[in-house]
Amino acid sequence: MELPVATMDVRHATPRVAVVDIGGEVTSHCEEALMDAYERASTPGTQGLVLNFTGLEYMNSGGIGMLVTLLVRANRQKQKLAACGLSDHYQQIFELTRLDEAISLHPDEQTAVAAL
Amino acid sequence: MNASKDDSNWAAKIDRLSVTDDVAKAGFNISGRRPAGAQQGFGRLWQRRYATDLGTAISPEQVVADWKERFPKYWPKGATMHLALTGMTPGTVNPIALASGAGLTISTGIFVLYSDEECFTFMCPEGHMFAGWITFGAIESDTGSTVAEVKMLMRPSDPLYELGWPVMKRKEDVFWADTLRNLARDHGVAEALVTETTTCVDRKRLWHNWTNVRHNSGIKSAWHVVTTPVRAVRARA
Repeated sequence: MELPVATMDVRHATPRVAVVDIGGEVTSHCEEALMDAYERASTPGTQGLVLNFTGLEYMNSGGIGMLVTLLVRANRQKQKLAACGLSDHYQQIFELTRLDEAISLHPDEQTAVAAL
Repeated sequence: MNASKDDSNWAAKIDRLSVTDDVAKAGFNISGRRPAGAQQGFGRLWQRRYATDLGTAISPEQVVADWKERFPKYWPKGATMHLALTGMTPGTVNPIALASGAGLTISTGIFVLYSDEECFTFMCPEGHMFAGWITFGAIESDTGSTVAEVKMLMRPSDPLYELGWPVMKRKEDVFWADTLRNLARDHGVAEALVTETTTCVDRKRLWHNWTNVRHNSGIKSAWHVVTTPVRAVRARA
């Protein structure tokens, strides 16, 4: 069985806010890649992370669980999470699963960074 | 706008659960409730996995298809799922009756959040013992055999259920092991070995969600029983 492929690129929008560009297929198979991206994003001064889903092609329910695990890790470091670039479909999934109550949703990266 | 390939796998967005007429009577305790993800719960966050090897005679996709079709059949005695006509279709709300072991039947349910060929996921309603998600699926192991698994990411939903976690954990161990053994027996594996792993993902309790106790399904179920005569009188009036 072919495993789904996700890309997770990390950059810093400001000294306090990192951006993780998530693309491809997000499932529980990507947990290691996502946690690795988090480790790279989470420098000593990082207070917020923006998850940029512009390149997201597919997500299953395992992907939601993975985001909750990421949220817990970030909260443990007193960091906030925000998301941007979600299509209407994925925005509705965030709202349906009530992830949007913990990860704020924004129309674009600039707004997300400003919110953090 | 291009459709995503998982569009039909997810339930449509809803704010509150709606029980269909065919299971309305059993769904009294979940109709109108909101779905509750792990961050809407109260207690510590647990990731749990139960798994059993079904051998090579059946593919993961066939196991999942059979599991969706016969889901209530694999449940052990003491638990009943009132399957709506739409079964495991994303968006379906299926009421559940659970024997609590204290003479009370707890009425709750689940919401089918996601379904594809490899797995299907339930989300709990407010008031359920847990807040979060439970996924049933099958994968191909490194040796080529099919492994059926039940995976959970959930918190006890309120302080009472958090206090009861040690008991609930043990009940879950028995329940899901029996479920997987029933599934395995139905697929030709007579004495299936079930493995279990549990990880505490978040030791922190979400104290601001203590008010979830107002939806507690055990309390609501007991109240429903106590007030049955009153409802009967009102119905006749």
